Amino acid sequence: MTDLTRMTASELAGLVAAGDASAVEVTQAHLDRIAAVDGRINAFLHVDTDGALAAARAVDERRAAGDGLGPLAGVPVAVKDVLTTRGVPTTVGSRILEGWRPPYDATIVERLRAAGTVMLGKTNMDEFAMGSSTEYSAYGPTRNPWDTDRIPGGSGGGSAAALAAYEAPLSIGSDTGGSIRQPGAVTGTVGAKPTYGGTSRYGLVAFSSSLDTPGPCARTVLDAALLHQVIGGHDPRDSTSIPAPVPDVVAAARLGASGDLTGVKLGVVKEFTGEGAEPGVTAAFREAVDTLTKLGAEIVEVSCPHFRYALPAYYLIAPSECSSNLARFDGVRFGLRVGDDGNRSLEEVMSLTREAGFGPEVKRRIMIGTYALSSGYYDAYYGQAQKVRTLITRDFTAAFTQVDALISPTTPFVAFPLGARTSDPYQMYLADLYTIPTNLYGGPGISVPCGLSEGLPVGLQVMAPTMADDRMYRVAAALESAVGTFTPPAL
Amino acid sequence: MAAISREEVAHLARLSRLAVTEEELDTFAGQLDVILQSVAQVGEVAAADIPPTSHSVPLTNVLREDVVVPGLTPQEALSGAPDAEEQRFRVPRILDEDVAS
Amino acid sequence: MTTTLPAYDDVVARYEPVIGLETHVELGTNTKMFCGCPTDFGGEPNTRVCPVCLGLPGSLPVANKAAIEATIRIGLALNCSIAEWCRFARKNYFYPDMPKNFQISQYDEPLCVDGYLDVEVNGETVRIGIERVHLEEDTGKTLHVGGATGRIHGATESLVDYNRAGIPLVEIVTRPIPGTAALAPEVARAYVTELRDVIRSLGVSDVRMEEGSLRCDVNTSLNRPGEEWGTRTETKNVNSLRSVERAVRSEMLRQASVLDAGGRITQETRHFHEDTGDTTPGRSKETATDYRYFPEPDLVPLAPDVAWVTELKAALPELPRLHRRRLQREWGLSDLDMQSVLNAGAVELIEATVAAGATPAAARKWWLGELSRRANEAGIELADVGATPSQVAELQGLVDAGKLNDKLARVVLEGVVAGEGSPTEIMANRNLEVVSDTGALTAAVDEAIAANPDVADKVRSGKVAAAGALVGAVMKTTRGQADAKTVRELILERLGVKG
Ligand SMILES: [Zn+2]
Repeated sequence: MTDLTRMTASELAGLVAAGDASAVEVTQAHLDRIAAVDGRINAFLHVDTDGALAAARAVDERRAAGDGLGPLAGVPVAVKDVLTTRGVPTTVGSRILEGWRPPYDATIVERLRAAGTVMLGKTNMDEFAMGSSTEYSAYGPTRNPWDTDRIPGGSGGGSAAALAAYEAPLSIGSDTGGSIRQPGAVTGTVGAKPTYGGTSRYGLVAFSSSLDTPGPCARTVLDAALLHQVIGGHDPRDSTSIPAPVPDVVAAARLGASGDLTGVKLGVVKEFTGEGAEPGVTAAFREAVDTLTKLGAEIVEVSCPHFRYALPAYYLIAPSECSSNLARFDGVRFGLRVGDDGNRSLEEVMSLTREAGFGPEVKRRIMIGTYALSSGYYDAYYGQAQKVRTLITRDFTAAFTQVDALISPTTPFVAFPLGARTSDPYQMYLADLYTIPTNLYGGPGISVPCGLSEGLPVGLQVMAPTMADDRMYRVAAALESAVGTFTPPAL
Repeated sequence: MAAISREEVAHLARLSRLAVTEEELDTFAGQLDVILQSVAQVGEVAAADIPPTSHSVPLTNVLREDVVVPGLTPQEALSGAPDAEEQRFRVPRILDEDVAS
Repeated sequence: MTTTLPAYDDVVARYEPVIGLETHVELGTNTKMFCGCPTDFGGEPNTRVCPVCLGLPGSLPVANKAAIEATIRIGLALNCSIAEWCRFARKNYFYPDMPKNFQISQYDEPLCVDGYLDVEVNGETVRIGIERVHLEEDTGKTLHVGGATGRIHGATESLVDYNRAGIPLVEIVTRPIPGTAALAPEVARAYVTELRDVIRSLGVSDVRMEEGSLRCDVNTSLNRPGEEWGTRTETKNVNSLRSVERAVRSEMLRQASVLDAGGRITQETRHFHEDTGDTTPGRSKETATDYRYFPEPDLVPLAPDVAWVTELKAALPELPRLHRRRLQREWGLSDLDMQSVLNAGAVELIEATVAAGATPAAARKWWLGELSRRANEAGIELADVGATPSQVAELQGLVDAGKLNDKLARVVLEGVVAGEGSPTEIMANRNLEVVSDTGALTAAVDEAIAANPDVADKVRSGKVAAAGALVGAVMKTTRGQADAKTVRELILERLGVKG
């Protein structure tokens, strides 16, 4: 029999639906793969073997009973440890939540269960989704299956590496400044950040509420679209959820796969070409632009003058919101408590708990945010960053009057060696240079593999107007049809 | 000139309830200085008459009806508590009596 | 500190007070502000909680429509403008009764602004400016263990219950109120009273100070005439209408004694003590926390459109002041008479008595007369005197039907207050009905004429006024149970004199 772990989600769903493989077989194959390779990758923080097999059995029983199955029934999914899972440990990659079993499911997790997908477990991530390499996880870094001495991107390195290592055909990520797209790019997988408000944040442990967007990760564009369709759509428990149907991303991915982009106008973001990116990344991107032209797309250069301020604006807005969102981790209602010797005051115990429970990057961002929101600095920092956010949104709006979608490299550099950027936080921040504007604007963005640079994957990013997620899937699928998918060396 | 002093970092740590060590203070002071100098670039943008964006979705008046929805049992509510007593969350003695509501 | 306080009259002769009030009202919605947990009182600890109001990681708030509407209605009743667009904001500070370590509140964009409330003090109308009305969430309850009397000082640990966390709380802030001079304490009390009545009339809260659903902080400052306003203090823990008045007065006296001694007033929070009636210092405002407010990203803006606000405005009930004016008109009372009704706290009682069938005059007579006298003697509120409006109306009905005269009615009322039953029952049980049997009455009249021949002759000779003595005699033999007017007519008839 063919290796089930090498198949796409849509293929696996087809096998299960046809009865050619049981959901239990599919699940067991992935659990076996995890057992075999995850010691070297560390993509998973928790593998829910019993829960996964029980969910798989339920799908098989439903099929046996003749009940209709959803489009992804029986397909395993790995879930970033940023989403709450009822009774299943949820750590957000942090010591402060070690051992916490939430009493409730995130909306996305509910929808995954309702669709008959099989949750394999929770994936590794930079602590509280703050980072671009997964090295800031409190539970050790995840390694890139392309080269285990290199980073898998972040914060969702676990979700991306699990795909590239064939431990899961689908995974869920969350993207605040690029945490789905950049890991996708450096692991040669597909990562889509939906329109903000297009996927529910209920149960997503907040980092930066106005930017956080959960979304699908997969090895193919169509698989990402299928997953997007399952998890997307309005949720009344999230006030920022858009009350509109999910754009037909699956149809768009199928349309794109025909390889015809005639009539599609794409804008290359002028500010994101040239300096800043590694030559190999630029070269791969240029080649992909040529490919898109051959597919029939019209390519123009578009200037977005305020994009250069996106990174500084982001590093004010996200830490500000994080300083408030993370205040609740105080050792009172859940999680770690340190130093409660019966003598110390609550304030001391809280401070010791947070000191011990948070890693250095989280502490840095909390302090930056506390600073930026202080009354004396608010206008110059947080307030000004929000104005820049408006200008960036206007750049997007203006661009989308000229083109259907924008394209750029996903990230300026390929997977870098572990430890290369941890000593200089700002060098790490540059990994998200090209992905951040989309988060500030709220629109959708997808990273699709477009080539290799020195044997490592390079991603191309497609950015579309808000609620036009289908457009980016079409372009990404077209490119994928031309350049194919990328397989890492055997582990 | 440094954007932020070691003393200011110590103050931020206190406000943030982080019992940072002396060594951390040294490291953080340098790192936060680099970060703040860099993010201060937003000040270069002339934006006096630009409205700020706090939310990217164009929604208003997202409200729910005043209808009771089942919540958690006390057991579920207290299941993650580091310490509980009499069905309440137990915390060490509180120093500051006077916190505004 | 045992300084002698100056006399109040001296203080107001030398200083001008400026007061201000911040009032918190817990709304009586079915569910909390941002989640579907019930708001009812009295549950076991942590039984009215969910991931949202416990602040569990990943949870998100969704605003309660009924709470927004209640706040807009309060704003409209207080003559405020309703914001066309406003946002919630996070107020960041660490405290264990606040599950997220920030409170969702409103900062520089309150839902309602720029209103006023007219209150009456000693027959004069004082217009109190309302700066803002905004909506926020309440905190949980902390139990301090191990110290004396459950106080935080000396406690070894605290226990937290989040049942109250997230209950919608409306904050109403006045503008500074200058120019009230000696009346400042009464103005403060009148404002809180009127505000309470307005909110109660809207039906959005039970506004009970003793249960904490209405809480008040009082700002007070003093300045010498012609000088700038003084430094203000904020007195918290003011939990009854009477305390509002006492707290202002006490703080005026304290500040005057500090200023008299050449001292400076510190801007600080002070606590009012119900038992002693004075205030003690809390945290100094100079070291106040920076709350680092910023727009709540998890809640989208509120933008009440004109149609919605108009609809809410149209559905407002008659507000207490207008209601009182209408009653005054309907009852035909002078301003002075209405004032005495108000002072006696009898408006609602009289209104209900009239609704139960009594005339306004009769209802007012009973409540302001006999019943007020009893309430005063007992030192209780008129409403707690032991008679209900329907009982008073029933009593008056018996009088109107001629079954009770005024004197008998008082005796029956005594029985009502003592809890002996309804007026009709008491009249029957105590055999107090007016004697209307003409045979028995004629006999008593004849008896009185026979016993007082001199008086009878005077009456016969035309001195009709002398009949009074005979009426008295009849009333005496009938133990007051006859109708004096009937008796008089009967006497004149028996003596052959035209009345
Ligand atoms: Zn709740």
